[in-house]
Formats: sequence, C-alpha cells, structure tokens
Amino acid sequence: MIAIGLEGSANKLGVGIMLHPNDGNTPQVLANIRHTYVSPPGEGFLPKDTARHHRAWVVKLVKKALREACISVADVDCICYTKGPGMGAPLQSVAVAARTLSLLWGKELIGVNHCVGHIEMGRLITGASNPVVLYVSGGNTQVIAYSSQRYRIFGETLDIAVGNCLDRFARTLHISNDPAPGYNIEQLAKKGKQLVELPYTVKGMDCSMSGILAAIDGLAAQHGLNGEQNDEEDDDNVADTPVSDGTISTHKPTRADLCFSLQETVFSMLVEITERAMAHVGSKEVLIVGGVGCNERLQEMMGIMARDRGGSVHATDERFCIDNGIMIAQAGILAYKTGFRTPFKESTCTQRFRTDDVFVQWRD
Amino acid sequence: MTKSDPPPTTSYTPPPPFSNTTTPLIPIYQGAEAHLYKTTFLTPSTPAALKIRPSKPYRHPILDRRLTRARILQEARCLHKLVKEGVSVPAVLGLDWEFSASPEGNGAGGSWLVMEWVEGPVARVVLERWERHIKTLGRNHGSQSQDVPGDEGEKVRGLMRKIGAAVGSLHKAGVIHGDLTTSNLILRPFSPGASTESRDEDEQVSPSMEGEIVMIDFGLASQSVQDEDRAVDLYVLERAFGSSHPRTEPFFEEVLVGYRESYKGAGPALKRLEDVRMRGRKRSMIG
Repeated sequence: MIAIGLEGSANKLGVGIMLHPNDGNTPQVLANIRHTYVSPPGEGFLPKDTARHHRAWVVKLVKKALREACISVADVDCICYTKGPGMGAPLQSVAVAARTLSLLWGKELIGVNHCVGHIEMGRLITGASNPVVLYVSGGNTQVIAYSSQRYRIFGETLDIAVGNCLDRFARTLHISNDPAPGYNIEQLAKKGKQLVELPYTVKGMDCSMSGILAAIDGLAAQHGLNGEQNDEEDDDNVADTPVSDGTISTHKPTRADLCFSLQETVFSMLVEITERAMAHVGSKEVLIVGGVGCNERLQEMMGIMARDRGGSVHATDERFCIDNGIMIAQAGILAYKTGFRTPFKESTCTQRFRTDDVFVQWRD
Repeated sequence: MTKSDPPPTTSYTPPPPFSNTTTPLIPIYQGAEAHLYKTTFLTPSTPAALKIRPSKPYRHPILDRRLTRARILQEARCLHKLVKEGVSVPAVLGLDWEFSASPEGNGAGGSWLVMEWVEGPVARVVLERWERHIKTLGRNHGSQSQDVPGDEGEKVRGLMRKIGAAVGSLHKAGVIHGDLTTSNLILRPFSPGASTESRDEDEQVSPSMEGEIVMIDFGLASQSVQDEDRAVDLYVLERAFGSSHPRTEPFFEEVLVGYRESYKGAGPALKRLEDVRMRGRKRSMIG
C-alpha cells in the first residue's frame, strides 16, 4: 500500500511517499523531499507569500517525489494532506493541490492532523511504543500521552510556541532564516557562556513563552544587540571571564550569551513539564518531535532527565523532525487502513485542529 | 500523608541531619519535583514529613539553584503564613535551601523542607472507597441506576462543603495553592486511630468522612488575593474531581457552596470561575 503525503502548514512544503508492504513488513520511505520558503533576516514568513511559494513548488515536488520513488501514479493508493492546524493560506494552497490530484488521478483523500503526523512518524522511526511525546515546533508546544484512542494533551504553552519564541528572537537579532532561525540560534548558543536571568514560567504542566520573549527582546535592546549584527562587538570583545562564582554575572552579555540563556531557560521548562507528565502517567520513555526537536541541547537535557528516571529519550534528525510529507503519508496510511476516508466535500482545512480531536483507531 | 504511588526504587542517602538519625526514612512518594519521606524531627517521637527537592542535573547550575531555592522558600513562606492565619496546613519545622551532595556520592544536592506530619487518608482515597462502596451497594440491591442513597449523598455533600471551606480559608489568607487535587487534601480524623485501615478497605462499609481537611503540597503555591488566581485554583480542583472521581461530579457544587460561605471575597471569585471555565486554549474555538 502506497500513500503520498502533502504537507504545507507553515513555511515548509513537503511531499513524501510511504510504502506499507502488504506482507506486514516494516514500512519504507520511498521519497521525502521538502522545499522551504526562507524569508530575509529580520522578517518572518507571511501567510500570503508562503502560500505563493507552496503553489509555485507543489507540482515540481510531486513530480520529483514520484520519480525518486520510482513509482507511477497507478501505484498510489491514497493522497494524504494536512488538514490542520497551521497557517490558513499555506494550508489552503496544499489542500487545493491535494484535491486536484485526487480528481486528476481518481484517488481517495485522507485529511491528516499535523500533530498526529509528527507523533506517528516519530514512533515509526524510533520504535518507541508508548512514549510521552513532547511536540515542539514553531506553532505548537504540547506534552502528549496516548490513552484510550486519543493523543491526550497533558500540558502545553499558554501563549506562543517555543519555536515561535526562538524564531522571533532570531528576528530581533537579525539572524539568518536559512536553513532555519532556530538552527542558527542553536549554533550561536554554543558560543554562549553567561546565563542572564530570564523569567521562568511553568504553571503545573503548562508553560508560557511570551513573557520570556519580551524580556530577552528587552535585554537585547538594552545592550544594543538587536538589529543588524555589529561584527567587532561580538564574541572576541568579551574576554573569557569565569562566571563560576555561582552568581549571575553582570558583564555585558553577548548575542551568543542571550541565545544560550534563552535556550537554557525555555528548554528547562520543557524538560520540567515533560518530567511532570512522565511522573503523572508513569511512563519512562520520551519522544521528542517537531522542528525544535532537532535541537541537540534539548535532546541532551531530556536525555539526562530520562536517565535519572531510569528511562530513555527518543529523537529523530531533521529529515523527520522538521515538517515533512512522509509524516502526513504515515499518519494518513494508518487511518486509511482502518477505513478512514475524507470525502471530497469535506476535504477542507482548518487553522485550529486539536491533537485530541483525532480518533486514533489504529492503536490499541 | 498517604499517597499510594510506588515508593522510590533507588536507595537514597538523605542530607544531614537526616543521614545521622536512627529513625529510618520511609519513602512516601516520588514526584517529578520532590521526594517525600516520613521521618522524625528533633525527638524520635515527633513524626515529620521531609520533602527533598533534588537538584536537576539537566538544568544550568545557576538556573537550578535559583529555581530550587525560590520554590522551597515560596512553599515555606506560604505554609508559615497559613499556619499563622490558622488555616489547616502542616507547620514548617525547618528547611535548607541549598544542601550539597552527600560525600557518599549518591544523589545530587538540592533543598529540603521538613513539616509536621499529618495523619489520615487523602481525599482521593476516601472518595475512591466511597465510589466502590456505592457501586457495591448498587450491585447488592440489583438496581442499575446510578442513584446514590440519601444518607450517603448527604455524607459526601458534607465532605465537599468541608473541602470548599478549607479552600476558602486558604484564599482568605491570601494564598493560592496552585495544584489543588484530591491527592493534596488530607482528611485528618478528629480522634487519632478513629478508623482502622482494615475496616476502611471493606467495600460493605461506607468510609468515614468525619474529620478535618488539611491541605498539603504547596510546591506550586503563591501569594495572591486576585479573583482570577482564586478562580483558576478552583477550576483546577473542579477538573481534578471530574477526571478522578466521575461519580462525585454531581456533588462538586457543594464545594462551591462551602467555599462561598467561607469568606467575604468568595462571591467575585466564583463569578470569575464562570469566565475561566469558558476560555482557554484547551477549548476548541470555532468561528
């Protein structure tokens, strides 16, 4: 059984082809290609521009994916597309593309929840059977555990997503959006040494990110670090003053210090709420999915936490973490096998689509 | 302070002075943040609850120290204030916000807080027993209905009103609990040893609901007198009842009745609760 998945809920357009052998063998990825709309430094991606990008690229990507997978249209069983959640305009352009292919090829449509796509792909790649899932991306921050046919949300952000917080700080610093603002923050953070004090906002199993963003934006402005990078003041200017006296140093922070502090603070919050959820449901496995899940520091911190609880952490690399088409194909094909179909009339998309709205028929 | 979660599996060397007393540490509960032990304090006959917040090695050391210290102090300050105001909470006996790792090398540093030991079952256990009892009662009478006999209903209503009054007294004192669940409410019997465990386990006997409600675990507590915070506190409790004790849901209204009667500011907080119920990212927003 072969499914093609179309994903375009944010600035990545992904097309993936997934094969589920009929003999029940391990599913195979036949093609996984992606094209990202990259906006200039200091700017985010606007819905209309992103939608235009997706419309311009979707045909090319589908053709390329079919070529790469070495299959013909006749081999495809169903077309899976992201129904939501995400940005309206990009979602619509991909939904239109999916509908067009469905009519053109005469194939069934499967509308997929983006979050469930991430979870199913993570489970397939890592082999984690029933983990607590931390789903962290530019649009979502949720701690999820599976229970009786639903992916239940135990904790989540009360305002903006963690990826959004990082991306917007990258914008403040005019860090490049290529390949991803979060990736560039991570690289810069590796050079940071000094921890600046930021708010720490965990409420039970929920967290909040917007105040932290405001605080660090304020710090950047206060130290004149926002806007275009000023080469001579960065890095080398500040000598390696040890800050191991246990107090928060009052030296002027660098851009790297700010990235470092932001990461340390928000990731600590994420690990803390994940640990709460693990204690609550009694699970020892963690699975990190979503774009921010590629961050190695987050993976490292989660690993230490899981180890101390006698468990383990599962994470994937950028091919599967960052939005892609195969995750949509994977979640779609699982639903397709249980008889789920999205009739043409209902093949809409929606910006708001809760993870726990999906009836997960394919799991026990 | 009985929570029925499994005790920690690893042996743990406690920080001084708990490492050199003859009283053994009895593990009670291990949460994500803290470990709770039963021990004695100052005299071998004074039972006490020891809460240890081990430092988290995944966090940056400076951040970790800041958080561990702030949280244990916050908890102690709230408890201290409540005891002074006469609210039923365990009294603080002592704390150390920063102990270092034991020389034997097992376990990291962290902070500890030692409190008065509160005897009695948590409300969750009482309500679960009661729910089982009602189920048995229904089976014995061969009725399929979910009806609760009048006297049993009256009993649980009384308990609910007591819970509401306890939360009210807490809010009156200007403290928000932050994590009100039925596991954080202890029903302390009026006379020690009034109910024996074996009797309570019997499903034929309705569990005793006599006693005083003592609130515990102020790990997420804060000081506030705002209606918003009070309403959220009540909402958390309401959701906890709904998910853990579905049979008691029709009686939750009594918690709010008890709350309303407990102090003057209760009215506005309850009004705010209606707004809190309506909103949130957790609700699907259509249109």
